[in-house]
Amino acid sequence: MPKQIHLAAHFPGVNNTTVWSDPEAGSQIDFASFERLARTAERGKFDFFFLAEGLRLRELKGKIYDLDVVGRPESLTVLSALAGVTTHLGLAATVNSTFNEPYEVARRLATLDHLSDGRAAWNVVTSWDAFTGENFRRGGYLAEADRYARAREFLATARELWDSWSPDALIGDADSGRFVTEGAGEFRHEGPQFSISGRFNVPRGPQGRPVILQAGDSPEGREFAASDADVIFSRHSTLEDGRAFYKDVKDRLGKYGRRPSDLKILPAVTYVLGDTGEEAQERALHIRRQQVSGQTALSFLEAIWGRDLSGYDPEGPLPDVEPDLGEGVSRGRAQFRGDRGAVVKQWRELAASRGYSIRDLAVEVTGRQTFVGTAATVADQLNEHVQTDACDGFIIAPHVTPGGIDAFVDQVVPLLQEKGVFRTEYSGTTLRDHLELS
Amino acid sequence: MTLHLSAALDGAGWHPAAWRDPAARPRELFSARYWAGLAAEAERGLLDFVTFEDAFALQSSRFEGHDDRTDQVRGRLDAVLLAARLAPVTTHLGLVPTTSTTHSEPFHVAVGIASLDHASRGRAGWRPQVHGRDVDARHFGRREFPPLDPAALDWGFVSTLFDEAADFAEVVRRLWDSWEDDAEIRDAATGRFIDRDKLHYIDFVGEHFSVRGPSITPRPPQGQPLVTVLGHDVVPYELAARSADVLYVTPHSREQAATILGQVRDAERTVVRTGEPLKVFADVLVIFDGAERKARLDDLDGAELFSDALIFTGSAGELADLILDWRELGYEGFRLRPGVLPTDLAEISGKLVPELQRRGAFRTSYQETVLRERLGLPRPLSRYTGTAR
Repeated sequence: MPKQIHLAAHFPGVNNTTVWSDPEAGSQIDFASFERLARTAERGKFDFFFLAEGLRLRELKGKIYDLDVVGRPESLTVLSALAGVTTHLGLAATVNSTFNEPYEVARRLATLDHLSDGRAAWNVVTSWDAFTGENFRRGGYLAEADRYARAREFLATARELWDSWSPDALIGDADSGRFVTEGAGEFRHEGPQFSISGRFNVPRGPQGRPVILQAGDSPEGREFAASDADVIFSRHSTLEDGRAFYKDVKDRLGKYGRRPSDLKILPAVTYVLGDTGEEAQERALHIRRQQVSGQTALSFLEAIWGRDLSGYDPEGPLPDVEPDLGEGVSRGRAQFRGDRGAVVKQWRELAASRGYSIRDLAVEVTGRQTFVGTAATVADQLNEHVQTDACDGFIIAPHVTPGGIDAFVDQVVPLLQEKGVFRTEYSGTTLRDHLELS
Repeated sequence: MTLHLSAALDGAGWHPAAWRDPAARPRELFSARYWAGLAAEAERGLLDFVTFEDAFALQSSRFEGHDDRTDQVRGRLDAVLLAARLAPVTTHLGLVPTTSTTHSEPFHVAVGIASLDHASRGRAGWRPQVHGRDVDARHFGRREFPPLDPAALDWGFVSTLFDEAADFAEVVRRLWDSWEDDAEIRDAATGRFIDRDKLHYIDFVGEHFSVRGPSITPRPPQGQPLVTVLGHDVVPYELAARSADVLYVTPHSREQAATILGQVRDAERTVVRTGEPLKVFADVLVIFDGAERKARLDDLDGAELFSDALIFTGSAGELADLILDWRELGYEGFRLRPGVLPTDLAEISGKLVPELQRRGAFRTSYQETVLRERLGLPRPLSRYTGTAR
């Protein structure tokens, strides 16, 4: 039997990949948008629905960045509401382990698991910067090197809390008068990060432990995923890159006593369909130009140049000024960690050889869609990725809210089902069931 | 004068042995189906809103510390998420979850309640609550609290917690205002999604926390979701007078009801409250026609029911008398705590409300869909309107 594909839907977020200017683009905050996308994902028999998180609005050159979508709801709150309009779809929330406490996060995840009848998932992220910390009691105290230490212990503590109620601790027998077993919820955790004790006050959820997602890509992040996660949210979406990542991570599982099937690797991918390959390519280029307005292209270069470039014409040649390689001008997003000077040199060469304007260059080097073609081609490629161990499935990140996965569900999913590599009906009820996790 | 009614939902009801009542559904207390049923019942009774209790400590029969009893309800769900779960399965009912001002992050709570308001299309409220017991604090390990003796409260310590609660509410309210209503512009010509001059840093600096802002969540549909506080003394009355729209109090007699109302109006003057006066609700624990039911449950629990609020065991007609009598004093609403769920909630919807309707004292259909509006409160402009730099 061929490997079965797992699919998730990513609600379009606050990057420039989300095209808010499209005539089809709807609200980024109205509940109706979340409901529409989630219902479509469930119609397509997706494994889960995914919400990202950001705890401080992004800034460029000391001002709130205004060119991309800004603003989103608190993820667990929206997912709990979505539990009321879906029946099978998994519900994955991104929740930070630095600016939260394990007791509160564990009980919120356990609550979502109860209220969704076993569909809760937690994407553990470790942002630690002082910029974000300015919104929180604890501030930005955490050294970067400690973020995984805290995340590991945070997750371990959450598991101790989830396990503090045995599956049969809740009795509720009026005749005998026993509501719970003795000591239900008792816990004590003593560690370098957390020293807490008492009694956890949410009974064990239907999944026992919610599904854990992890997105870190550093060696430390990969190790954390191998030891602790059920799903990796990966950025390795090409065939070769994906296979290397897949092997690297799955090879790490053995030393934790885990099997390869215990950790599902799902890269975030984008797609563009057309009636012909050519039409799809044209559409893809059109979308890329929507994603990269002239202003967006300039801001993108400013983040690399580290200085104000607002005087330059985005349809003109690349800036002749030299980059400022100091601390940079972008805040609140994943920082470019490479050699910015080398990138500038490489881009200038590329632009010179192809005659690119600033915007052409930005369109070329950012946001290239992963799968572009007819529905049949895309279905073939997706299947090839999974069958040749480049991944176990995909997190589909559409570029338009809320209709962005409609075409995928209507055209690609049926082809995957025909190939016998994707479910035609949900066979279980919990997210662990869908992901074939024990 | 409009009369407002709400129901306080908690576990199997407010009698500790409620879960042993024949009508109770003790194995379903953590299921969405159970709570959706209660919300539907409250909506059938045209109630203004329901509140959801919450705390980080496991329930206990002792004031301080956990106990080892296994014959009472233990465990509860996160109130904000529970309220959100009910948003899409209700249409008019206000949803008012409790959160802790002592242990939670003001930023997370502000965006959580704002998100509930978006998900319910303007039906969110919030009940901030101080949690001064050491058992809650030990679940976080950040602070150590002295033992609390209800007979000899350390008012210095209590005041510190209430000052923190006021700071917390101030941060939450500023974050709700930190996006002006028309901040999202989607201006294709300039490529801007928002007008950033309409987003505002809140720059709150306090003794317990500092918060920079702005919120990550656009302004909630109500602008400011309804803020409600439960109080038993002047310190919480002053917190409510500074921070809330609605105050729940616990008079045990008409005379006490009058006295408390006077204290509340004094508290408003003390803190120099501006704008709408507090809407004062009386909390009453209700077990309808319940002398026998209560006696049976008391017997099962091994103790007579104790409550901070008045315990009412008369008929729906008698409760209607009390409600209309106290309303004359200036009480605009009542928060009823059903002794047994769903029985006493069904009595509210099926008997008390029709009785009040017969007397022309309660709505016969929902008019407003937005909670603030139902309470007669205007939708406030953001405090930052017109302050663009």
